[in-house]
Amino acid sequence: MPDDTRPNPDALLAALKRDEARRQRGRLKVFLGMCAGVGKTYAMLEAARREFAAGRDVVIGYLETHGRKETDALAEGLPALPRRLIDHRGIQLSEFDLDAALTRKPRLILVDEFAHTNAPESRHPKRYQDVLELLDAGIDVFTTLNIQHIESRAEAVGQITGVTISETVPDTTLAAAEFELVDLPPEELRARLAAGKVYLPERAATAQDNFFRVGNLSALRELALRFTAEHVGQDVLAARQAHGAGAPWKSGQRLLVAVSTSPTSASLIRWTRRLAGELHATWTAVYVEPLKPLSNEDQARLARHLALARELGAEIITTTDDDAVHGILRIAREQNVTQIVIGKPAGWRVIELFHGGSVLNRLINESGQIDVHVVRAEGKTISTPPVRPDNFWKIDFNVYGWITVVVALVTGLNALLDQYVGFYALALTYLLAVVVSALFVGRGPVFYAATLSALLWDFFFLPPRYNFYITSFQDGMMFTMYFVVALVLGQLTARIRAQQIAERLREQRATSLYLLTRELAESPDLAQLLAVVVQQVGKTFGAETALSLPTENEVAPVTPYFASTWTLSDKEQTIAAWAFQHRQAAGRGTDNLPAGDGLHLPLLAGTRTAGVLSLRFRDNSPLPPAQRDLLDAFLRQVALVLDRERLRDAETQARLSAESERMGTTLLNSVSHELRTPLAAISSVSSGLRAAGELNPAQRMLLTELDEATRRLNRLVQNLLDLSRMQSGHLRTNDDWHDLRDLVNAALQNLGHGLDEYKVKIEIPNHLPPVKLDAFLTEQILVNLFGNVAVHTPPGTNVTFSAKTENDRLVLEVRDDGTGLPAGDVSKMFNRFQRGPEAPAGGTGIGLSLVKGFAEAQGGSVSAENQPGGGARFTIKLPLVKLPPLPKEKE
Amino acid sequence: MNNQPLVLIVDDETQIRRLLTITLEASGYWVLAATNGQEGLVLAAQHKPALIILDLGLPDVSGQETLKRLREWSQAPVIILSVQNDEKGKVAALDAGADDYVTKPFNTDELLARMRVALRRSTGKDDESAFQAKNLVIDFSSRRVTVSGKEIKLSKTEYELLRLLTRHAGKVLTHGQILREVWGPNHENDTHYLRVYVAHLREKIEVDPQNPELILTDLGVGYRFSA
Repeated sequence: MPDDTRPNPDALLAALKRDEARRQRGRLKVFLGMCAGVGKTYAMLEAARREFAAGRDVVIGYLETHGRKETDALAEGLPALPRRLIDHRGIQLSEFDLDAALTRKPRLILVDEFAHTNAPESRHPKRYQDVLELLDAGIDVFTTLNIQHIESRAEAVGQITGVTISETVPDTTLAAAEFELVDLPPEELRARLAAGKVYLPERAATAQDNFFRVGNLSALRELALRFTAEHVGQDVLAARQAHGAGAPWKSGQRLLVAVSTSPTSASLIRWTRRLAGELHATWTAVYVEPLKPLSNEDQARLARHLALARELGAEIITTTDDDAVHGILRIAREQNVTQIVIGKPAGWRVIELFHGGSVLNRLINESGQIDVHVVRAEGKTISTPPVRPDNFWKIDFNVYGWITVVVALVTGLNALLDQYVGFYALALTYLLAVVVSALFVGRGPVFYAATLSALLWDFFFLPPRYNFYITSFQDGMMFTMYFVVALVLGQLTARIRAQQIAERLREQRATSLYLLTRELAESPDLAQLLAVVVQQVGKTFGAETALSLPTENEVAPVTPYFASTWTLSDKEQTIAAWAFQHRQAAGRGTDNLPAGDGLHLPLLAGTRTAGVLSLRFRDNSPLPPAQRDLLDAFLRQVALVLDRERLRDAETQARLSAESERMGTTLLNSVSHELRTPLAAISSVSSGLRAAGELNPAQRMLLTELDEATRRLNRLVQNLLDLSRMQSGHLRTNDDWHDLRDLVNAALQNLGHGLDEYKVKIEIPNHLPPVKLDAFLTEQILVNLFGNVAVHTPPGTNVTFSAKTENDRLVLEVRDDGTGLPAGDVSKMFNRFQRGPEAPAGGTGIGLSLVKGFAEAQGGSVSAENQPGGGARFTIKLPLVKLPPLPKEKE
Repeated sequence: MNNQPLVLIVDDETQIRRLLTITLEASGYWVLAATNGQEGLVLAAQHKPALIILDLGLPDVSGQETLKRLREWSQAPVIILSVQNDEKGKVAALDAGADDYVTKPFNTDELLARMRVALRRSTGKDDESAFQAKNLVIDFSSRRVTVSGKEIKLSKTEYELLRLLTRHAGKVLTHGQILREVWGPNHENDTHYLRVYVAHLREKIEVDPQNPELILTDLGVGYRFSA
C-alpha cells in the first residue's frame, strides 16, 4: 500500500514553482462584487490608502468613479497617472496608459474594471491583458471585477438575469489572484439605487427594475460568495500541499470533454471547467477532426471553442478520425482519463443507426472503466439548428452542375444504345457514371447523381416511357435495387476517397516534419540550419517567413536573421520583440497586438526563448487545427535545435574556460611555491639564529629588520598572486560564517609590526552577530586598507576601524586623521597601478585595486572620501546574510 | 642519546630540508629527511619516527595522499607545512588525521612549539580530572568552571565545547571536528553555531573578549585553545 499521506512530489514541485513565480511576478488583488454599485472602487481605494500610508509606492493607473463624490474624495492625494487620450473616428476616448505605467514602475498600481475592452488600436484588445503585463513586470495590481465578467460564471449570470454578457475575462488570469469580496445585502443595494447613488448607463435605465430585482441580486450574491469561497478553498489546498499537512491530495481524476463545431460545445466546456474545479482535476478538451474539410464558419466556431477551453485551463488535443467515438476513446485511454463529458444530442439522427448506434450509445458501451457524463447542452441550441458534421446539404452548384451535365451526357449515350441493348443494361451505364463521379466528388453530389440517374432511367427508358409510372413488379424491384446499389456504391467510393485524402494529408504532415528534422540534423552549422528552417516553414505553410534571434540588447531583444524571406518592417519587429519578451504568440489572429500583418510565434525551449518565428500568410483565413498542430510541432523542433546549438556553444565555452582556469591555477601554484620557498628559508634562518642565542643587541635588531622585510616581501608576493588571480577572472569566493573580530585580529597580525607606531582603535558593536563572507578576501581587504594607512600617514596617526549593519549591508570603515586623500578623481585610486602623485615610497599601487576587486567579488562595493574633520575614510559595503536561527538550549 | 625523539621531514625543497635539519638538531631532535612522499613512507616504516613534518605540495604523490597512506598503519603525530590561502588543504589534512600545521614562511619558534604540543599529546595521558590555563580552572569531575576563583555558569553546549577545546589544548581543531563532536554529524557545516557559542564562551572566560587569549581563532581552519 502506498502511503497516501505522502505529498505528491509533482504537486509539491508545482507549489514551489507557483510560490517562486509569485515572488517574481506582481501580485494581483481583485475586489469582486456581485454587480455594479456595491462599492468595489471605494473598497479598492480604501485598501490603497492603507498601503500608501504604510509607505508603499502606490499609483492610480485608471479609476472610474462615475462622478461619485465619496469615491473622488478618497482618490484625492494619491498620485495618479494621466490617461491616454485616443481620437477614434472623432470620438475622444480616454484609456489606461500601459506604457506610462511600465515606465513609472510603481510597487502597486490601481487599475479599475478588469473586464474592460480597450479602444481599438490599443496594444491589447482587453484591459486584463494590460494588467497581466504589469504583473509580469513585477508590479502589484489592485483591480475591480463583477462576478458576471468571469468567463466560467458568465453563462450562469446570463441565465439568471437574461442579459447577455459580452465582456468576460478568462478564469486562468485569476488563478494566482487574491480576492476581496465587496458584499452588500440586496435590500441595501436597492436602497442605494433608489437614493441615486448607483451609476447606471442611460440605456440600462429601463432594465433597472428587471435587473435589480431582489431575486436576481440574491442569486448573483450567492454566485459571488461561492466563487470567492471556492477560490479560497483552492488556496487552502495549495497551501496544504506546500506544507505536507495530512490532507486531501489531488483527486487523481482526469476529465475529458469532447468538443465539436456545435454551438452547444461552449457551454459543455464551461460545465467541465466547473466540475474540474470542484474535483481539483486536470482536464483535456478533445476535438476529433472528421475526414471531410470544415466550412469556414464551422472552423471559426471550432477555433473559438478551443480557445475558450485553453483560456479556462484545459489541455487541447486534436486528432483525426473518421469515427468520433473511436477517436475520443483512443485519446481518453492515452491520457488516462477517468471521466468523459459529452453533450446530450438535440434530436434523433436516423443516419447514426447505420453507423452502429448513436454516438452516445456507442461511447457508453465502449468506454469500459471510464465514467461518462451526458450533459444537456444549454443555451443557444434552439435558436441555431444543429450543424451536421459534414456539408451534406450544403449545395455547391458548381459540382452539382457538373454532375447534371455528366448524367445528361450518359442519358444521351443511353438513348443511342437503347436500340441495341435492353433497358436493364442501360442502368449499368448509369451505375458506372455514378461510381466514377464518386471518385471525384463528395457524398452529397453522389447522392444527387444516384437519385437523378434513377429518375431519368425510369422516365426515359423504363416502360411505360416518358412518365414515372412503373407497371411491373420486376421493374419496380429493378428500380429500387438500382437506386440502393448506386447509392451505396457511390457513398462507399466517396468515403474511401475521403479517407485517402485524409491519409495523404496526414502523411504530408508527417513527411514535412520528418524532412525538417532530417535537414536540421544534417545542417553543419547554425547559418545552414536557420536557412533550412526559413525554407521549410515557408514551403509547408505557404507563408513568407522571418526568423529573429535573441540579442544582448535590451531595447531590441531580437534581430531578424538575414536569410528570412520576409523582411520585417519596424512595426513587425516590435511585435516580434513583444512575442519574444512575453513568450506568447502575437500579431494577426492573436489577442496580442492583432494589428500586425503577420503571426509572430516565440520558439520556446524550456524556460528559455530561442527566438521568434514570424509568418505572413498569403490568405487571411486562420490555419486549420491540423496545420496549427503541425506548426506547433515545427516550432518545438526548431526551438529544440536552436537551444541545442546554444548549449553546444556554452559547453565549448565552459570547457575552454575550465581548461584555462586549470592551467592558470597550476602556473600560479608553481610561481607561488617558487617565490615562497626562499622566503621560508630566510625566515627560518632568522629564527634559527635567534634561537641559537648569544646575540648582541645590534645583531638582534638586524634580525628584526630581516623578519620585517621578509614579512613585507611575503605580503607583496601574496598581492601579486591575488592580482593575477583576479585578472584572470578565476577568483572564487568561499563564504562561511565568521566573527568579524577574528578577521580584524588576523589582519592586524598579518601586518606584523607595521602598525605598531599607530594608535589603532577597533569599534565593533558587541551585539554584532556572526557575518557570512569570504574570510581570506576580507582579511586581505583589511590588510591592504591598514597597510595603506601605514604608507600614507605619519606614525602616531589615529586609525579607527568600525563596523555596523545598515539594512541588508555590512558596512566596514577604516578612518584616519591624517592629511586626507589627494585632490582629484577619488574613484581612480582603485584602478590598478594608480599611485597618488605625491605618494611616499612603499606602495605599489596594487593594494586598493585588490580591495575593490575583493569587495566586488563578494557582491560588495568600496568608496573613499575625505572626512569633514580631516583625514581619509574608506568604506566597504558587503551583503549581509541573515543569521539562521539556532536551536534552543536549556541553561 | 636514545631518548632524543626522531623527526622525519618530508619536503622536496633541498634548502628547507637542510634548514629544518639544522634547526631541529640544534633543538635536540634526531632528524631524518625524505625528498618525496614515497621515500617518506618507506623511511617512516623503517624508522618509526616520533613525529613527521610533511609538506603538502610534493612532486610525486601529493601530501594528502601520503598522509592517508601513512595513517593506515601509523599514529605518529604529523605536522603539515602549508601555504597561505590554502585553508581547504589544511582542513582536509587535519580532518584526514594530521595533528597540526604551520604556514610558510613559518617562524621556527612556532614550529617547535607545535611539535612540543604534538609530542606531548602522543605520549601523555588526556584523562586528567582538572585543567588550568591562566586564570581559568576546570574541574571535569564536578563540571565546575572558575575564572579568577569565581564560579561561572555555562550551558550544556558551552561546557561541552570548552571541554573539547581544553582536552586538545595547543592543537588546532577544525570547525568540522568541533561541530561533529559537540552538535553531532548532521551539523558539520553549521559554522554559525560555532561562532555564536565561541563568542558566548569568550564573554564568560576571557579577560578581554575582544582580544581573546584562551580560545584562539585559526582563520578559515578552526580553533585552538592556548597551550
